[in-house]
Amino acid sequence: MTDRIDALLQVKRTALNARVYRQELLASNIANADTPNYKARDIDFKDALEGALAGRTEGSLNLARTSARHLGSESSQAFGGAAKYRTEFQPNVDGNTVNMDVERAAFADNAIQMEAMLTFIRGDLSTLQMAMASQ
Amino acid sequence: MSLSNIFAIAGSALTAQSARLNAVASNLANADSITGADGQPYRAKQVVFKATAVEGGGVGVRVTGVVDSAAPLRMMYEPSNPAANEQGYVAMPNVNVVDEMVNMISASRSYQNNVEVMNTAKSLMQKTLAIGQ
Repeated sequence: MTDRIDALLQVKRTALNARVYRQELLASNIANADTPNYKARDIDFKDALEGALAGRTEGSLNLARTSARHLGSESSQAFGGAAKYRTEFQPNVDGNTVNMDVERAAFADNAIQMEAMLTFIRGDLSTLQMAMASQ
Repeated sequence: MSLSNIFAIAGSALTAQSARLNAVASNLANADSITGADGQPYRAKQVVFKATAVEGGGVGVRVTGVVDSAAPLRMMYEPSNPAANEQGYVAMPNVNVVDEMVNMISASRSYQNNVEVMNTAKSLMQKTLAIGQ
């Protein structure tokens, strides 16, 4: 029974995880809007979700980290392999490629998509509860 | 990888931007300080940002240092000033008030953006916690 519930929620759960990862990337971009030479990154959601559902782990090379400040290997994150650099048509003089309008729009959009996913998961769970309740 | 990383990321940005605002405040306050603690005219301070890894994933910001501006000091002709040199010029701080105002507005906008990021992350987290209720 529990594996059925697992299977029911698997796609939505993976999608939610991908959304959280994207939200984190976008937050990093917004945080580094004034950092010289920072390059904005984002994931292609469709690619990331398809990859994660197919069990693809792109470039599964894990780096040894001797300090908490070391940048982690991208592939140690489930969706890390899907993260790409943004192509900026109007780069800053200081090498920063964060376009605040794009980032904020993407952040808001991603937040709404996350809320939608949460609503769907809640709906699934309430359906299950209804099925299990004795009438 | 979790929503709580966003708090660390946005939090580091808030710290960095407030350090920048601090530097702007010092510069504007000392725009006319002919002598500082070392007897020299005040030099404009600038903060240096660096992208830094946040524990758990994500990229935050860190202030790696505060540097003195390399701009030449402003020379003002004021022969009656006791601090004037033989030619009658007084060395004034190299604070560019227009630059500082721009810096201030930019820092406060960035700060606001990151506060918004934090608010969004907070409400998403609350909604995630409410799953199954």
